[in-house]
This record gives sequence, structure tokens and C-alpha cells, in this order.
Amino acid sequence: MLDLNILFPSVLNGITTGAVYALIALGLTLIYGVLHIINFAHGAALMVALYGVYMLKEKLGVDPYLALPIMVPAMFVLGYALQRGIINRASHGKDENILLVTLGLSIVLENLALLFFKSDTRSIDTAYTLTTIEIGPAFIALPKLVAFAGALVVSAVLLLIVQKTDLGRAIRAVSKEKQGARLMGIDVDHVYAMCFGLGLASLGAAACFLLPAYYVNPQVGNGFVLVAFTIVVLGGMGSFAGALLGGLLIGVVESLGGLLLGESLGQVGIFVIFIVVLMFRPQGFFGAKA
Amino acid sequence: MKDFRRIALFALLIGAVPFFTQSGVVLNFVMTALYACLLSQAWNVLGGFGGQFSFGHALFFGTGAYVQAIAQMQWGLSPWVALPLAMAFAAGVGAFVGAASFRYGLKGSYFALVTLAFAEVFRIVATSVPFTGAGVGLMLPLQESAANMQFANRSGFIWLMLGLVTLALCVTAWLKASRFGAYLQAVRDNEDAARAIGVNPFKVKLVATILSGGLMGAGGAFYVQVFQYIDPGIAFGSHTSVEALVGAIVGGLGTLWGPLLGAVSLHILADLTRNLFGQLPGINMVIYGVVLIGIVMFLPRGIAGLGTITPLQWLRGNKPVDGEKP
Repeated sequence: MLDLNILFPSVLNGITTGAVYALIALGLTLIYGVLHIINFAHGAALMVALYGVYMLKEKLGVDPYLALPIMVPAMFVLGYALQRGIINRASHGKDENILLVTLGLSIVLENLALLFFKSDTRSIDTAYTLTTIEIGPAFIALPKLVAFAGALVVSAVLLLIVQKTDLGRAIRAVSKEKQGARLMGIDVDHVYAMCFGLGLASLGAAACFLLPAYYVNPQVGNGFVLVAFTIVVLGGMGSFAGALLGGLLIGVVESLGGLLLGESLGQVGIFVIFIVVLMFRPQGFFGAKA
Repeated sequence: MKDFRRIALFALLIGAVPFFTQSGVVLNFVMTALYACLLSQAWNVLGGFGGQFSFGHALFFGTGAYVQAIAQMQWGLSPWVALPLAMAFAAGVGAFVGAASFRYGLKGSYFALVTLAFAEVFRIVATSVPFTGAGVGLMLPLQESAANMQFANRSGFIWLMLGLVTLALCVTAWLKASRFGAYLQAVRDNEDAARAIGVNPFKVKLVATILSGGLMGAGGAFYVQVFQYIDPGIAFGSHTSVEALVGAIVGGLGTLWGPLLGAVSLHILADLTRNLFGQLPGINMVIYGVVLIGIVMFLPRGIAGLGTITPLQWLRGNKPVDGEKP
């Protein structure tokens, strides 16, 4: 009943979608790995980035892919400012407070978008939106392939930053031993804010890759945020490789779930994985034992 | 005992309001404010006294709402039978989620996430299965009579809601005064220490989730009786979870009157913004979000905490404590 001609395109489609999921999860896992806190505003920040790309295209005619050098620094600055100006200030050194403040931020951002853009779903038209490429028995939309390649590049860049630069060394030091890092002269608040900035910058990149094949509305982040959490939990909090593999896996599960159970129930598969992993292996498959 | 006397006084005072005014605006305000109080108080039982922050309390709200509607429309039960049933189902869902989460030691952000995920699963399932009316939702037939729990004017709903709020207040007062409440607060403040002196954290948190879920389910059932309509987005959407949580946090976590205070102040604030800006979509939630951030930043103990600290302590308490985990 299920022959390869149906299964293969579905898996391929899942992998390309999963790459974008991975891209979103990378920022989340970076923030988690260092701040040890879940950024509930991650989905809302993605939504902001998507609107940014949308506005650039509609008002200024900037191609989504050419918007990368604008969106990435812009989201970085936003992330740095949010962490330094609001989240750090409101946390009073308590985890629950960060949880609540990022939740508050997501509510504010999402509803501000509702206020300014109404709840309409918007998408953009580009010359290559409908271009497809044939791979074996499957046809894949060109924007999805670009997104897949983009996800790999962004994860490589993030990995390089964390592994090879001074900032990366500081980030790793702070994530392991905050007090020790402070004693070595590292500005911990600055490192936190840099992490948040990098996390949001990768969302800026994700938005540029996503919009040509996707849409934006004020609630768009919600769909992604739980998926990204699932990936981060699945791959192990703070693990880049885990986020990448987890993203691809989730993409395939969603695609196959949709094929076998129908579009709306396909998503349930993701949440079931999420709940099961959280309960039985909260440290994930690549994360260190908590 | 003093708390129970105050609750009785509160119930008498609010219960008398419909005798003094027939103004639809006032009665409507009292009813919706009481409704908001119930949601916040329900969240407070688990979040405030138990220290377990749920981001998906709509899970219990929606369960209660759907059971209330389905029991009447498909099982032919009276709404007065359906209401305790709805609470029981919501409490049952609370038992399931609580047992599953606490058995594996989920806390903090993990617990918040898992409740959110459960609410989302329920929302998707409710959109897909036939007995919830799928995406279309369920519409309760209009049959105005007290026996159908569909009152001709607001006062009937006010008394019903007041009864539920009083129940929630009594549960909270009991948490403050009882041995079980002391266990729960001990687990919230330091789980390891509580376990060391012989408290069973799993059991204590589980009971709190059941109580909280049951009360939240009553809120859902009430919603169905008043608006006679429910769909997956209303039932399990994040809006209700946020409303319950913000009210409790703004008012003051783990206090008896705080959530009441918080819910009413937010309600007034929402009404004011509606008068100022008109019906702009989302403006209410923007205000809720800003208030939530502001309260966490400047008044970590909520409005109810205002009277208990001096300005000096307030200033000190505002500085991040060095050496603690971020």
C-alpha cells in the first residue's frame, strides 16, 4: 500500500522542513545551554523576524535571501537589548522569574503584531516560490532546499563561534561555572546577553530562509515554539548536534504522521514524542546526565 | 477560623449586590470578575502554594467545558449533575498529568512545558474527533430556566459563580491552615528538605494538581453555561492559561485574597483600556503581558505583598542576589 514513490518524497519533505525546525531550535538550545532557562519568547521572536522579512520585501522590495545581512544583525541587537534591558533586570536571580518574563514578552510581542498587522495570514511572492527540483521520484520546492542548506551553514557558523572564538570560550566557561568565570574577569551579564543575541540572530536567518516557502501571522510562532522545544529536549538541552539531528527527526515524524494519520493529527505525533521524552529521558539523547 | 469568617462575609456582601442594583453593566462586571477570580484562584492552588508553574491550565478549563457540554447534549444529563462531573473529569486529567510529570521529577520550566504540550495535544485532538464537534465546536441549545442552569438574568449566574469562588477560597484557606497545606508549602520552598522530614513530595504535589484542576474545570463548565458555546481554540487555547496565571501572580502567589485582588484589578484595567482604545484586537493581552513583566520586575510578591514590606525592603529585594543561580 505504501510504496517507495510516496514514502520517499514524504521523507525528503520531512527532512527539509526539519532543517528549518533545527535552525529555530539551535537558537533555543544555545540560550538554554548557557542561561539554563527556557526562552518562552522564542516563537514570538521568530514571528517578529518573519514580519521583518515580510516588511522588507513588501515596502522596500528586498529579496528575502538578500535580507539576511539586515535581519541577522537586527535580531542580534534585539536579543541583546531584551536580555540586558528586561530579562536580566527582572529575574532577581530566580529561574521562575525568567520563565514568567519571557512568557510576558511573548504575549506582548504576539499581541502587538495582532494590533499592527491584524490576524491576516500573509505570504510573499518571489520568482522562485513555485520552482521545484526533481530528486529521484520526488519534487522539492527550491526555497525548501535553500533553507536546508542554510540551516547547515548557520549551525556550522554557530558551532565555530562557540568552539573557536574568545566569545565562545567565555560562553562555555559561563555555562559550566558562572562564579569561576566571573572571577576570571568574564563579564557574565554581557555573555548572557551575547548568547541571547546569537540565539535571536539565528532566528533572523531562519526567518529569511522560511518566508519564501511559508507564511506569517501573529500566531505563527506558537506552532514552531513547541516543535523547537521538542527538538531541544529530544537532542539534549544545549547540544548543537542534538538539535540538528532532533530537528530532522521531528520533521520526518511530522511528515510521515501527516501522511498516515492526516494533516492535523500528524502534529500530535510531535507532542507525544515530546511528552514521552520529557518523562523518560529529560536529558535527551545527546545531553549530559542532569 | 478568621479566614473562613472573612470568606463568609465576602460571600454575603457580593451575594447581596443583585438586590441593590439591576444595572446590567454592574452585574456583568461582577460576574466576569468572579469568573476571573475562580481561574486565578485555581491556578494559585498549584502555582502559588505548590510552586509548580503550569503554562497550560487551559487543559483543565477545556476538559471541564467539554464535559459540561457533552454531558448535557449527548448523555442527556442535567447541568447540575454535569457540573460536578465536569470538575471530576478535570481533576482526573489533573491526576493523570500530575502523576505522569511528578513521577519523573519534572519541575520548573520542564513542568511548564509539559502542561503546555498536554494542552496543545488536547486542542488538536478536540479539533479532530467527532464527539467534540471538531473545529466547529459545540453549541448548547438555549433553554432558559434555573433547572437548565441558564438563568434569565445575570444574578443567577452571579450566585452560581459566587458559590464556586467561595469553594475555591475555602480550599485556599484550608491550604493555609491545614497540615497538608504546610506540607505543600514546604515542598514548594525546599523539596529535598521536605522529603528529609518525611513529607512525600509526589503525593502532595499530585493532590494539589487534582484540586487545582478540579477548580479550573468548574471555570470551564461555567463558561459553557454562560456563553453556550465551546470550540477547541476557546477551550484549550493559551489565552485562558495566561489569564489564570497573570491574575494570580499580579495579586500575590500563595495568598488567600491575592488572586482575587489580581484578577479584579486586571479586569478593571482591561475594561479601562477597552474604553480608552475601543475594541482593538490584542490590546488586552498586551496590557496583561506588560503588567506581568512589570510585576515580576518591581513587585515580586504581587499586590498583596505591598502591605507586608517596607519601602526599604522593597528596594533591597529588587537587587539581584549575587551568587544565586540565574
